[in-house]
Amino acid sequence: MAKIKMSKKAASIDMTAMCDVAFLLLTFFILTATAKTPEPLPVETPASTVEVKLPETGLVTLTVGKSEGKDKVFFGMKDRDVREKTLELMGNKYGVKFTPEESAQFALIDEFGVPIQALKQIIAMKGAERNKAGLQPGIPMDSLDNQLKDWIYTARQANIELGKEKDLDFAIRGDAKQEYPNIKKIMDILQDQKINSFNLVTGTRGKNY
Amino acid sequence: MAELNTGDGGGKKGGGKVRSKKQNSKVDLTAMVDLAFLLITFFMLTTSLSKPKAMDLGLPDKETDDKPPVDIKVDQRRTVTVILGDNDKIKWFHGLIETPEPGGKPQDIGYGKEGIRTVLLPRVKSIPEVTGDKDKGLIVIIKPTKKSTYKNLVDILDEMAICKVPTYAIVNDFSDPEKKLAEELNKGAK
Repeated sequence: MAKIKMSKKAASIDMTAMCDVAFLLLTFFILTATAKTPEPLPVETPASTVEVKLPETGLVTLTVGKSEGKDKVFFGMKDRDVREKTLELMGNKYGVKFTPEESAQFALIDEFGVPIQALKQIIAMKGAERNKAGLQPGIPMDSLDNQLKDWIYTARQANIELGKEKDLDFAIRGDAKQEYPNIKKIMDILQDQKINSFNLVTGTRGKNY
Repeated sequence: MAELNTGDGGGKKGGGKVRSKKQNSKVDLTAMVDLAFLLITFFMLTTSLSKPKAMDLGLPDKETDDKPPVDIKVDQRRTVTVILGDNDKIKWFHGLIETPEPGGKPQDIGYGKEGIRTVLLPRVKSIPEVTGDKDKGLIVIIKPTKKSTYKNLVDILDEMAICKVPTYAIVNDFSDPEKKLAEELNKGAK
């Protein structure tokens, strides 16, 4: 009797194509990547159909959000030289002295939300600690102690003193669930300084909305 | 899966000729693919693909005390007032609240394609025909109540852009009948 021999199939698969695809995707992701930066005040922006991208430089972002039941406003500047200059001018105004090291460290902070009196402690912290939820109480903006107004004002002043041609742009990055009066307050502060045109930061919405 | 490299020689047994060994030309790619997919996963999780978009908003100068506000008369046929309320609700009317235009009585509506857009789109077209002047199109007056959210504001501004409403304004003061409407709207939502 002739035995039927099972044909032995090779157990290996040709991986070349798979490897190609994998590396193609990898290249794509590396090239399009912009690393997520941790935010001290995470907000969920509402979506819209506008296609205009947020400017990358010369921008000041006012983040309005809620954390731990309180409405907070955070202040962020995009350009590092503007950050340093603004800190210097704000320090002079409020009588807080910052060392050059602190100033250099401050230039690395994207966004903060503390009264200027407590800014030194925040600067001294490590990045991960700084972004802990609920640590930063937000920038005071009531009528008695309106530091937000001063930050906006000094940022513009710093921008001019640095000899930049373009004026600073202002963007409000609000949480979708924020109630209108909170946003209105920020708009009023901007308008009080004759900033009548600003951006609202939104996400992208599907085409057939 | 790994290809075992059993180097069985090419040479014939007992043959006189010595052939050079044929090397197996296959390289094991499994590990490479593993690595590539690991990196892809890493990059996918750490990147934010959709860059934030910016919606431009220009507001008029604030009225100051030294400049008395100037009342500008506007054709009532051109104005649609939109009151933004609680729970994503809208109340709108066309013309004056006491004497609305035909089909423009104060009524509730929602956002989006089936909502406020059905009100605005036809009017964007019809109003220049009614006024007989191309430059005199629809004017939308947006009145956000205290209960409305930031999302509502962005949605309605987006709607203005989608419908190509020529003129719109955000107005924060309410007349008495409008106040009543707004209260009704915010109460009814609960």
